[in-house]
Amino acid sequence: MNDGRDKDSFEQRLVAARGKAGLDRAKSSASPNSAAAGHNAVNLAMRLGVELVAAMVIAVVIGWGLDKVFHTKPWLMIAMVPVGMAAGLRNLIRAVGPAK
Amino acid sequence: MDPLGQFRLTTGLGPLGASVNFTNSNEAMLAAAAIIIILFVLGLRAGALVPGRTQALVEILYEFVHKMCIDTIGEEGKKFFPLVFTLFAFILLGNLIGLFPYFFAFTSHIAVTLTLALFVFIFSTGVGFYTHGFRFLLFFVPKGVPVWLLPLLVPIEIISYLARPVSLSVRLFANMTAGHVMWEVFAGFMLLLTAGLGIFGVIASIIPLGLNVALVALELLVACLQAYVFAILTCLYLHDAVHMH
Repeated sequence: MNDGRDKDSFEQRLVAARGKAGLDRAKSSASPNSAAAGHNAVNLAMRLGVELVAAMVIAVVIGWGLDKVFHTKPWLMIAMVPVGMAAGLRNLIRAVGPAK
Repeated sequence: MDPLGQFRLTTGLGPLGASVNFTNSNEAMLAAAAIIIILFVLGLRAGALVPGRTQALVEILYEFVHKMCIDTIGEEGKKFFPLVFTLFAFILLGNLIGLFPYFFAFTSHIAVTLTLALFVFIFSTGVGFYTHGFRFLLFFVPKGVPVWLLPLLVPIEIISYLARPVSLSVRLFANMTAGHVMWEVFAGFMLLLTAGLGIFGVIASIIPLGLNVALVALELLVACLQAYVFAILTCLYLHDAVHMH
């Protein structure tokens, strides 16, 4: 028992010493390289923005084309806007949501 | 100052190139393809059991993409490995040689990236129809949804599917264009400082110069990362086509 207590206190002192020396910092924060982390955030924002807009653009183009075919000038394009928004959000959720 | 002037197409290969509209973008594409082929010929010529530097580089590239294919697509990924590797190597080399002065970054043109993305899109749709026949259309019907919602959800799924080539191409094109424009803008600051402030401006222009040097590192990362992203998204789309979920 005495042996175990010594070992415990040694572990505690080791953790305290390592913490004081800053040796355990790498474990607590996943990526200490702030430049790389910042770039990842920009990259993520860029990706999600494109994801959101692309579906919208496709939907509006389809609506515009159908309007040309059916001579219903603005209405199909307007109707496609919410569909495009929904599709964009669907892509967004697929990109960042929980893995399948 | 004309930050977008660097993306202007001119004709290459002298008068012969001018007569058939062979552009500097085409030159860069040929250079990228030639570098890849020469690298592989040189690297694999020795075929040593313990690889040298060139052979190690070639083998690492090969195994990296091979692993990515199998991890993402599954066992069927081996069939698509040549396509994914070609795309990855072509885009990677295109991004990388675009970083050098006097070279042209052909991936900064949406005409190029959209063509590549449309090819991937049409190919993966074709693979879907080839493996599943017309049952591939069930890909657009989400599972576990009441029937009365389907008229609304199926168009949404179709549009989100059609948006794939757009987001794939715009991502690559925008990243490359933004990086190159940023370089030119910071270089322009140096010119403005020296023209406006004289000797003090020359000293102060060390700041944009330093930023440009830092940007080289960032752009190197972006060039590799975007080639990787393009390749892994190609794998993901092929996974959807093969497995339908």
